[in-house]
Amino acid sequence: MSAPLVAVLDYGIGNLRSAQKALIRMGADAHLTADPGLIADATGVVLPGVGAFGACMRALHTTGLAEQAIGAAASGRPFIGICVGMQLLYNGSEESPGVEGLGILDGEVQLLPDGVKRPQMQWNRLNLLQPDHPSVAGLGDPWLYFVHSYAAPAGGSTVATVEYGGDVTAIVAQDNVWATQCHPEKSSTAGLALLGNWVETLTGDNR
Amino acid sequence: MKVVRVIPCLDVDKGRVVKGVNFVDIRDAGDPVELAAAYDAQGADELVFLDITASHEKRDTTVAMAAAVAEAVFIPFTIGGGVRSVDDARRLLRAGADKVSIMSAALNRPELITEIADEFGSQCCVVAIDARASENTTNGYEVFTHGGRNASGVDAIDWAVEAERRGAGEILLTSMDRDGTKDGFELALTRAVVDRVNIPVVASGGVGTLDHLVEGADEAGADAVLAASIFHFGEHTVGDAKAHLSKAGIVVRP
Repeated sequence: MSAPLVAVLDYGIGNLRSAQKALIRMGADAHLTADPGLIADATGVVLPGVGAFGACMRALHTTGLAEQAIGAAASGRPFIGICVGMQLLYNGSEESPGVEGLGILDGEVQLLPDGVKRPQMQWNRLNLLQPDHPSVAGLGDPWLYFVHSYAAPAGGSTVATVEYGGDVTAIVAQDNVWATQCHPEKSSTAGLALLGNWVETLTGDNR
Repeated sequence: MKVVRVIPCLDVDKGRVVKGVNFVDIRDAGDPVELAAAYDAQGADELVFLDITASHEKRDTTVAMAAAVAEAVFIPFTIGGGVRSVDDARRLLRAGADKVSIMSAALNRPELITEIADEFGSQCCVVAIDARASENTTNGYEVFTHGGRNASGVDAIDWAVEAERRGAGEILLTSMDRDGTKDGFELALTRAVVDRVNIPVVASGGVGTLDHLVEGADEAGADAVLAASIFHFGEHTVGDAKAHLSKAGIVVRP
């Protein structure tokens, strides 16, 4: 079977190369792109993100990728948001009041609890609320790398949390849309395994 | 839950990893990409690459090295040395680095901290502080640049506070009195900075034993402990370090 085509949405922000390289390592034909044709052809779409919520949303609109992301998620194809790319899927964020998010997932992104350092910049151990979800299949007792000051609200779609001044949302999944607050592309073997699980959904092995 | 990071530091000169004793007596410990992959396999939480000659020889930043490391290693890494502008930072981050560390350029023009933080986020803007005990500044530690040769007249603790205010996401704090000595971290310096800022502080300079790592995390309260030669020359693996920290009650990733 040929490697599934993956579009990593490139809207000019920081380190996207690691996500692309990690997906290639796990068997995807991953491209950094803003090309609507390639995004339409892709079997799966990745929305990465670093930096401020408002700046990322502005860049998504400037490049036309906000519309592309919403369309890809609505198409039913496998979609994954990573770090701020996860936060952008929600309606908005306390980080950038008045800036509308993509609204693919419901709720507002919130500042991490008081009493802990912000950002959380460390590895943390996942507490699996849905241990049978395909995103965490075979991961055992995983530790992943986090860098963030804001986090998605808890809800029925929460797959995993970490303890950081309270329960902090780490992974969510709603139908074809997965999202991780952690950086799987920077989480060594555990993170690569998580991305591998996502790549498997592209080839049908894990549906 | 605070999880202390263990970070091997690879000082890089002309594409090879070196570690100086007090930054003078240089020994060669190998290739950056190979070492990075080995440290990932040992359980290193992050890596720091410092181009120790970049600043005073005005060398370009090491974009090619960042790209080569990002191909091979899937843990976070920081590159410092010669980062003087938002464009320098952008090239390294686009090549695959997760953070850039700035030192001299930030002292010369503190606005650079804010510019990098605004463009890419605070999380990728590390301010590196090389400090020596000194009677010239208010809190007893002075910032030095150029491998510890040039006194800046700036107080190290005040500078850490200012760096946070300007948007730094992390402080990489090196005691130049301890660096290369194997006498352990300058705990009072580390503790003073940890107590004054609310961003992560990486303790650096002087690690000679695994107990020193425990002291840095426990007594000084550092969020991460950085060491070089104890790892590079095979005295201890990162796994040894983590087992030792864990036994002392410090939470680390297994």
